[in-house]
Amino acid sequence: MDRELTCVECPMGCAILVTIRDGEIVSIGGNNCARGKLYAQNEVFTPKRVVTSTVKLEGGGMLPVKTDRPVDKDKIFEVMAVINSLIVAAPVKVGEVVASDVCGANIISAKEVL
Amino acid sequence: MKNYDIIIIGGGPAGLAAAISAYDNGSRDILILEREPVLGGILNQCIHNGFGLTRFKESLTGPEYAYRFVEEVRSRGIEYMCDTTVLEVSTDKQVTAINSTKGVFSLSAKAIILAMGCRERSRGALNIAGARPAGIYSAGTAQKYVNILGQMPGKRVVILGSGDIGLIMARRMTLEGAKVLAVCEIMPHSSGLKRNIVQCLDDYGIPLYLSHTIVKIEGKDRVSGVYIAQVDEKRRPIEGTEKYFECDTVLFSVGLIPENELSKGAGVSLSPATKGPIVYDDRETSVSGIFACGNVLHVHDLVDFVSEEAEIAGVSASNYAMGKGADRRVVSTTCGNNVSYVLPQMLDTNASGMVKLYFRVNKVLPNPTIRLTSNGEDIVVKKKKIAVPGEMESIVLTPAKLQSISGDVVVSVEE
Amino acid sequence: MFDVIVVGGGVIGATILRELTKYRLKVAMVEKESDVAMGQSRANSGIVHAGYDAKEGTLKAKFNLLGNLMMPAYTQELGVKYINNGSIVVAYSPDEIDTLYELKSRGEKNGVEGLEVIDTETLRALEPNISPDACGALLAKTGGIVCPYELTIASIGNAMDNGASLYTDYEVCEIVKGVDYFIVKSIDGRELSTKIIINSAGIGSGDISKMAGDDTVHISGRKGEYILLDRESQGYCTHTIFKTPTSKGKGILISPTVDGNILLGPTAQEVDVPDTDTTSTGLDYVKQTADSMCVRVPHYNTITSFAGVRAYSDTHDFVISHSDKVEGLINVAGIESPGLTSAPAIAKYVVEELVSALLPLVENTDFDGRRQSDHYYSKLDNDSKNKIIAQDPRYGKIICRCEQITEGEIVSVIRRNPRATTIDAVKRRLRAGMGRCQGGFCQPQVAQILARELGIPLEEVTKSGKNSRLIVGKTK
Repeated sequence: MDRELTCVECPMGCAILVTIRDGEIVSIGGNNCARGKLYAQNEVFTPKRVVTSTVKLEGGGMLPVKTDRPVDKDKIFEVMAVINSLIVAAPVKVGEVVASDVCGANIISAKEVL
Repeated sequence: MKNYDIIIIGGGPAGLAAAISAYDNGSRDILILEREPVLGGILNQCIHNGFGLTRFKESLTGPEYAYRFVEEVRSRGIEYMCDTTVLEVSTDKQVTAINSTKGVFSLSAKAIILAMGCRERSRGALNIAGARPAGIYSAGTAQKYVNILGQMPGKRVVILGSGDIGLIMARRMTLEGAKVLAVCEIMPHSSGLKRNIVQCLDDYGIPLYLSHTIVKIEGKDRVSGVYIAQVDEKRRPIEGTEKYFECDTVLFSVGLIPENELSKGAGVSLSPATKGPIVYDDRETSVSGIFACGNVLHVHDLVDFVSEEAEIAGVSASNYAMGKGADRRVVSTTCGNNVSYVLPQMLDTNASGMVKLYFRVNKVLPNPTIRLTSNGEDIVVKKKKIAVPGEMESIVLTPAKLQSISGDVVVSVEE
Repeated sequence: MFDVIVVGGGVIGATILRELTKYRLKVAMVEKESDVAMGQSRANSGIVHAGYDAKEGTLKAKFNLLGNLMMPAYTQELGVKYINNGSIVVAYSPDEIDTLYELKSRGEKNGVEGLEVIDTETLRALEPNISPDACGALLAKTGGIVCPYELTIASIGNAMDNGASLYTDYEVCEIVKGVDYFIVKSIDGRELSTKIIINSAGIGSGDISKMAGDDTVHISGRKGEYILLDRESQGYCTHTIFKTPTSKGKGILISPTVDGNILLGPTAQEVDVPDTDTTSTGLDYVKQTADSMCVRVPHYNTITSFAGVRAYSDTHDFVISHSDKVEGLINVAGIESPGLTSAPAIAKYVVEELVSALLPLVENTDFDGRRQSDHYYSKLDNDSKNKIIAQDPRYGKIICRCEQITEGEIVSVIRRNPRATTIDAVKRRLRAGMGRCQGGFCQPQVAQILARELGIPLEEVTKSGKNSRLIVGKTK
């Protein structure tokens, strides 16, 4: 069985062909970089995505956040449930962890609020 | 009237990068005017990731990308004024602006950089029939409601147009609990990046209807549904192909237009193809000392290229303000087969550094050959796997190649 | 107990309400929508007709001429934009020239001055973009343009400043006739009593008359679709350009608006229910007809399309009279074109001739007919603006970047009569959101200002009242 993928790692959106035999990857072609290869490996068995959203700021307003690494694609809504329950108090720095170990990733702030 | 060496209109990604590069080129007397309360421009509401892969080799969110540039501006002590709207720019480089503390005031500059960005095409421009109830938004407006104000514009959504903002909002609304029923694209191909089709639509099982458009919007007070239909090759709806979706929200992501009201007022010549100013490779417009960069010049797919372009404009404006004029040998660049625009429109073949020509194709071209010719002579020929209208292409010209150009340049792409 | 209740907040009700406040009367207006000027006064051509169209002897002919003569002073007093741009009726084939002379002669019988049949050369000098098929035209120098909702809002605002009351979202569902009074009930349970009802309910005026006990007013609707071009097209034409009328009516026109846009339309489609949906057939027809009238019509500058439903009576003339059946009911119905032009003259007649027959009119010596334009701030020089900004910094904060409207101006129209309480109400008063981005940038900000000023949560702010909420709730 072969899988044709569009890499989402960068805007080039390379078309990657993954050849699979007996549940094992035999070859990966079409990618132009190592990130693409890693993406293809993950995408075939455990697709992963970075989740970005917002959390409530104490006293009003929204804080943009993201997971600090990709999480399993089928856990995205689990991550969202945690994100939706958070309320963060300022000050907060860019990259500051606002919730740790959520489905294997940390939720970090993407903005500085003084 | 206060005078500056350089006034930059717009504190988004283009304005910020232009300011930093002008400073690093030796200019100190720089002012950024920004209409929003904070610097960063539209990046502040683009909370998704994927920015900065080219420039920083990592995938940043919009606010993170903006933050890096804002920090650079702050650390250099570059002056900026937020909550300040520029009302007018004149040909002799006077700027009239308004804010709450100074009222209406005028400034002058040796050089001006236009970096106002772009706006979204509205529903009205498409003449889509039907009612005009609440619940119809451009994708960017919906993005502001969701990401900045924390408010949901609706729960059941149909999106017209597969531009990147529309795709991003399809995912964003889904993550926040809405049901996105369909994305319609009137063209036979998506106008957004392929990766966004995969990670914003496919990941969430949102159907993309190519060669489809909305033919009617229904609803009295609030949108209650839309009819979509397939279109023929002339983009006319085909009778009998209508599908109905019950929904409360319609988002439009049907293109971006450079915001050039101020440019026009300054007497800058505009290109009908890009809808932005006609520029030299150093990003100077037809008005001496007025430069332009970023989405006000032409709509970019990637902010990384906006920053790159803004740095060119920043250095050029800085040189201009310091009286370092270029002695240009100018040829014009024109569109050959399958090319919808080339930028810059004017090329200085005496340029001492590398010059990058940006262009877009007007249809999907598999295995294309990109050819840059001058007087029938090939200057650059390169092969690609695919060229699509949604993704900007480029050709780099070395000083040696530039010197070999004998006349006007044509960029063409053949299958 | 009111002396007079005006039912319907269109331009006819508006000018009547204002006229009533010139006398010592207790008057009110009831309007079923969340704002005034929400029916045909929101979506029509905005033409001040010269008066050559209507057949001599009709009410249309009479009030058109009078209204045309009153309009310059009327609009000036209210700070409403009016431009005497002149109208031209173009003959697109030689056999239509005869009709031009017929119109000229009819106009002259109606008392219209300044009518002239001009040749192609003169026409082309006036309107360079006219189609090469044009072979002559009737020039009506007294033709003009006005913004219909601006006129409506200003008249009602001024009436309120002079003591009139306005009840919005007041959809009349029942009218109870007492001995010498009426009780006017609304669908949400409110009641007002009055000695006189003036029925200027537009498309609903047949129903209102019937509720009051008179079933002789028969009103139908005709939908007109329009396309509006960006101000970038300003100067494309300067006159209001009509085709030579046929038995089917005046047809499509191409006209500048007082705000500098170009307007194309309207179609004329009979409708059973007052639906204001645009149709692809209608919009295509407008485009094609415009292209047959002029060359290089800048369709690429389209910023919006819209439709309005015009009410007309089965008598095919205005109905302006005491009801024969119900004492105290005055019907002002079927006011189709040239109703906008006629409005000030109709109002004067209704009050001076019809109301006076029922109630003694005592002059209100406190009446002040002047109103500051909602747009006054934008017209000031920079020094005057700076004085205002120093007092109120909100006048230095631009909210609508396309039309350069400040927060101060938005707050002002939310507070002054008649109060703007929705996004569209702000838009109709100030044009915030009416520019080329069509509110894409400013709508969230206008919504926040409305929420703050009205003391309501953001999710309760509506586009145009009732259930037209902008957002459905918080994301989290």
